[in-house]
Amino acid sequence: MVRYCTRNRIRRIYKWGHAPISYDRKLKTNEYNSLHISLEDLPRTTVITPGQYILIEGVDDDNPYVAKVMKLFESDKQKKALVQWFVRVCEVPPNKMKLLGRDPHPQEVFYYEGRTCDDEIDVESILSTVQVKYISPEALFPEGDQKEVLYVKLSWNTKAFSVVKPELMETIAAPSLAAPSLASPPRHSIPALPPSPPCSPPVMATPRARAPSRRALPTPDPTVMNRAIAVGGGSRRTMSTGKMMASEAESMHSASKLSASKGLSAKRRSSITRTPGVCKKLELSSPGKSAMDGDDMLCQLLDKELDEEVLLVQRSATSLTRLASQPFGFTPIRKAQRSSSSWDSVNLKPAMVNLKRFSLEMDSPPSSTQHDSAKLTEASSRELCGVTSLEEEVFDIGLPLTPKRRQATPRRNCATRGQKVATPSNRAEKMTKEPSLGVLAEAENEDSPMVPAAPTPRSSRRKSAKLVSSRIRKQLNLLNDQRDLYSDGDDEEEFLPSKKDLQSSSSEEEEGRLDSDEEIFGKKSKWGAAGSRTPRSAQKDRSSARTPRKTPVRKAMPTTPRTPRHATPSIPSRSLPARQPGSVLEEARARLHVSSVPESLPCREQEFQDIYNFVEGKVMDGTGGCMYISGVPGTGKTATVHEVIRSLQQASDTDDIPSFNFIEINGMKMTDPHQAYVQILQKLTGQKATADHAAALLEKRFSNPGPKKESTVLLVDELDLLWTRKQNVMYNLFDWPTRRHGRLVVLTIANTMDLPERIMINRVASRLGLTRMSFQPYSFKQLQQIIMSRLNKVKAFEEDALQLVSRKVAALSGDARRCLDICRRATEICEHSASNPSAPGLVGMSHVMQALDEMFSSAYITAIRCASIQEQLFLRAVLAEFRRLGLEEATFQQVLVQHQALCRVEGLQPVSVSEGLAVCQRLGACRLLLLEPSRLGILQRVRLNVSQDDVLYALKAD
Amino acid sequence: MSKRKADDSHMPIGESISQAQTLLRERLCHQRLPTRPEGVASQHKHLLELLKRTAVHGESNSVLIVGPRGSGKTMLLRCVLAELLTEADVQKTLLQVHLNGLLQTDDRIALKEITRQLSLENVVGDKVFGSFAENLAFLLEALKKGDRSSSRPVLFILDEFDLFAHHKNQTLLYNLLDVSQSAQTPVAVVGLTCRLDVLELLEKRVKSRFSHRQIHLLSSLTFSQYLQVVRAQLQLPDATFPDSKFCHDWNASVKALCEDKSVEEVLQRQFNSTKDFRSLHRLLMVSLCRVSASNPTIKPADLVDASRLFSADSKTNILHGLSILELCLIIAMKHLNDIYDREPFNLQMVYNEFKKFLQRKSHSMYNFDQPVVMKAFEHLQQLEVIRPVDVAATRAQREYQLVRLMLDHTQIMEALQKYPQCPTDIKQWADSAFA
Repeated sequence: MVRYCTRNRIRRIYKWGHAPISYDRKLKTNEYNSLHISLEDLPRTTVITPGQYILIEGVDDDNPYVAKVMKLFESDKQKKALVQWFVRVCEVPPNKMKLLGRDPHPQEVFYYEGRTCDDEIDVESILSTVQVKYISPEALFPEGDQKEVLYVKLSWNTKAFSVVKPELMETIAAPSLAAPSLASPPRHSIPALPPSPPCSPPVMATPRARAPSRRALPTPDPTVMNRAIAVGGGSRRTMSTGKMMASEAESMHSASKLSASKGLSAKRRSSITRTPGVCKKLELSSPGKSAMDGDDMLCQLLDKELDEEVLLVQRSATSLTRLASQPFGFTPIRKAQRSSSSWDSVNLKPAMVNLKRFSLEMDSPPSSTQHDSAKLTEASSRELCGVTSLEEEVFDIGLPLTPKRRQATPRRNCATRGQKVATPSNRAEKMTKEPSLGVLAEAENEDSPMVPAAPTPRSSRRKSAKLVSSRIRKQLNLLNDQRDLYSDGDDEEEFLPSKKDLQSSSSEEEEGRLDSDEEIFGKKSKWGAAGSRTPRSAQKDRSSARTPRKTPVRKAMPTTPRTPRHATPSIPSRSLPARQPGSVLEEARARLHVSSVPESLPCREQEFQDIYNFVEGKVMDGTGGCMYISGVPGTGKTATVHEVIRSLQQASDTDDIPSFNFIEINGMKMTDPHQAYVQILQKLTGQKATADHAAALLEKRFSNPGPKKESTVLLVDELDLLWTRKQNVMYNLFDWPTRRHGRLVVLTIANTMDLPERIMINRVASRLGLTRMSFQPYSFKQLQQIIMSRLNKVKAFEEDALQLVSRKVAALSGDARRCLDICRRATEICEHSASNPSAPGLVGMSHVMQALDEMFSSAYITAIRCASIQEQLFLRAVLAEFRRLGLEEATFQQVLVQHQALCRVEGLQPVSVSEGLAVCQRLGACRLLLLEPSRLGILQRVRLNVSQDDVLYALKAD
Repeated sequence: MSKRKADDSHMPIGESISQAQTLLRERLCHQRLPTRPEGVASQHKHLLELLKRTAVHGESNSVLIVGPRGSGKTMLLRCVLAELLTEADVQKTLLQVHLNGLLQTDDRIALKEITRQLSLENVVGDKVFGSFAENLAFLLEALKKGDRSSSRPVLFILDEFDLFAHHKNQTLLYNLLDVSQSAQTPVAVVGLTCRLDVLELLEKRVKSRFSHRQIHLLSSLTFSQYLQVVRAQLQLPDATFPDSKFCHDWNASVKALCEDKSVEEVLQRQFNSTKDFRSLHRLLMVSLCRVSASNPTIKPADLVDASRLFSADSKTNILHGLSILELCLIIAMKHLNDIYDREPFNLQMVYNEFKKFLQRKSHSMYNFDQPVVMKAFEHLQQLEVIRPVDVAATRAQREYQLVRLMLDHTQIMEALQKYPQCPTDIKQWADSAFA
């Protein structure tokens, strides 16, 4: 299978297919109906038309973005496209992936319902077309080797997965659902000649396939052409050029890709929405009018449509002689048929039923042979072939029931195409790059009806189309109610099994969809199996949707997921739950623990508001920005930012602001500054990459006009640790928010207020900007308030005790953590010192004092007091030697002399050198003395690590 | 012997002695924990309560146990842990991670060791795979996933805590302490260190995350208490020792030993020098090893010998093995030190000083050529009796390379006293440069 070519390998040329179809004066945009993408040095071109599914270049070359083209237009000389995004599994944040509740299929995509993402893209980012299939939520994913087919089951609105809503579903499944209902009118006019070429083209699945295949087409009969011109001419002239272009493109598109009926329906819908005149006419055919009138009107309209098409085709034939030959050739025939056609659908009914039966037969074998994988693949291919080649089966019942894929396609062509026998093989030979060729022939065929679902992609269009189609349906029902009687019965009988299947597991919506499906079928048969095409297309969709459902064992079989199994990081859980705090003091202690998250953050209201406004503004605007937050440790910087994010997430949950990603990295929690890229990427997309690759991917992500761009809020804690010599990590972090498509808000946290000036080079500091905030150390009142709010009416402390703690801490550091820790320790002391352990009483001044002493008093003096006599003497000797030298440093040898002298004074035996050295080393180990490395022996220099006064004080009191 | 055999409550003396030695050695080599650590009751209680809260309530904590070497930090912790693990549910839940700053010399190794000891899922067999960054991310993720009530509490014991503070960025400490300050898996970080200034080593944000609980182990023992400890350490348990008569005899001899004047003197000297028990244990161990069937009790002389052994100066001992020429050079250096007030000197200066001595003596008994003197000089340098001033400046000719003497005068004089058959004139020269 040929991978889609990425841009770095082959240069692509993007050209509009035709002149603009419309011009929007307000927006100054030209709208087009097709885009030709040709690869350099290759004659083949890909045509993108609205409604097709495309791959869009993204950050990940292996997983380009998926979207459906809604509109193509040119604005400011830039070729743009309006798209509906689909999200790949890897694009859903990994933490949200849990919401899915199952392992995602590797080829699964989700209909994207987020509001934040930019749905306007540059056409130059389009890579190629892709096939997207809708699968009902309870259905299983079809197996097989169709690597290029993507499946839609659910929609993703950045917060939750949901079943694709019926109307969205319809959009997705448009070719199978909407098309038949709309296409039914023309059907009844052509049914007598099923093998007529227009109904067979689905072989050409992608537009790319069109050009070469056309070449093989026979030259149209000039007389037919003339007739077509003559007939079409009358109604044509009223149309604007823009519209003509649109329909022309459509017709080309449909002629190649769709069965004729579908093409008509697509065109119909497009014309309904685009030309007010037609809309009006259709409205005339509302139920208010007489049934006969409506029907007449409809026929009239359809005729007009066809005329129009013919004319367009002719026009295009003059410009694109070679390309347009196919539709040109066949439409006149259709036209001719129609003009002479009448309601002879009844005759064709048996054929229809036959066809449906056949499809059921086709479906049944797989269910019985599920266990055999070889058979399965065969069966599935057969199924697919069967469904797609139903068309041919209708006319050529003699075909084997299980046609091999390879055989099926050409044979169908033989059967249906008649004069175009050579086409598929020709195409196969020529289009070696065509991904859908060869292996994927059947998938392509099956999918092809879905691709053109797009002529009415926007909801407005879709709605109007639906409205119109339902009206038409109603009228037709009125007209043909006598036919309904038996045709409906037939339908029910035929589809009973499938219905059962569905009901077992389907959701309500799904049933609704099926009901409409059935309705369509009913109508189709009402229309007397008019075109044998319409039911086919509907059935195609059905069977494709049903196929996986019927083979549950396939999924049940242990499939190895494509994603490598990672070890889950977790600490084993305990057998017994942790004991809950019992007494008041325990409760207070639990509340005072730094880890307990308070309901609100008191004393940081202003800072909270500032950060909130900053982030909210940026998220709302979809812009980027940087903020630098500084403050000494324990002043609530990180806590405040987390609080802000919590509030913002609540706001986004209630849809007050657009949703956003929140990513947190911490300079201390990585081994190397460059790991920042890796962590950001992993938290953003779940990908793992090396630092360099991650940097490249992020660069791409933030600088490209990305799809589904939610704003990203990035918290960079301990910014100073991201310092590198070239400062490229910091540079990038601050540069991305300045990109037009970045949508990145960076909040940086560090301790020093002047960090940008001190460590950042100019270009980095400049990008960081001047949005700065400084968290002042807490004042004692604030600390007191913090403790009070944490205790939250648990009466465990005396008022004075709290004040003492907060005053003491405020005077020293203003670190809230310290304050809380002291309070916690005080509760412990209180608990232990209580005479009656069951009722310890309040934490009083004495307890707090003791806790403060423990935490703040240095142990040096105690350590000196507790030292041995020789150690104390040595310290004295050091002092004496310092005094003698007038320096704060002496060698051990010098001190030893003093020491030995002191020993004699004290009446002790003078220490030997090795004893003295041992004493010295012990003092050095405690860091009462600072020593040089011990290998210097007696030459090592000695300094005091405590002030001389402290030593004197400690020794005097002894 | 036959008499003892007749009495079946008495074992053969040899067996009793070996049993007593085994028991005491276990005690002195810290293989067996004391039932109650002496003199640290409050610290014991504090630590026990703290760890219990982590184990039972899932409260995260951090604490440092600070005390000089040999003050019983590890002993205290082990006692507390032993007591803690007697509770069945604690034993089941508590996870322990033991790290040592001397073994886990950087965060990469420490992380692998933590992961291995916690046997997280990226451990295969006994090996931890993945890069440093991955390991860190993995461990943090694992700790982050837990919560107070449902995860098993993890006890991190960081021996030589100060060495962890020298790791790059203090990443490990930051993260462990950060976990202990946030609502993640309950952890207790217990650091053991002998540095009193350990908090100053911590970076400010690491320090802020540390709870500032320090348990200081500073013994304020008096000498009489010290003597009690010595006695307690040497006494055999009456109740459990199989041979009660031997036990009684032994205990009586220990009592007598502790009351002996010379022993008291030795112990006083030891106590004056250091209060730590490890050096005391070493002293007692040597004496204990001298006990045999023919010498069934510890004699005061044993202890005195042991003390002498421990207080012996190794540099002085080295000097005993030097040749007369080398000794002469050292004496010359001593005089140079006196003259130039410990300024460095080189071989030429030493040789000149030596030659002055030879001239005065006017006999050629020690008349050595310069190459021989040079050789002796180099030998002294190898023994590190002398040491080049600046290792980098080795380009100077060896004769002129500046060196310093690594011996104190007292050491030299002491060595000369004990030097076998030291010539009198050299001794005189050592005493005075003009002798």
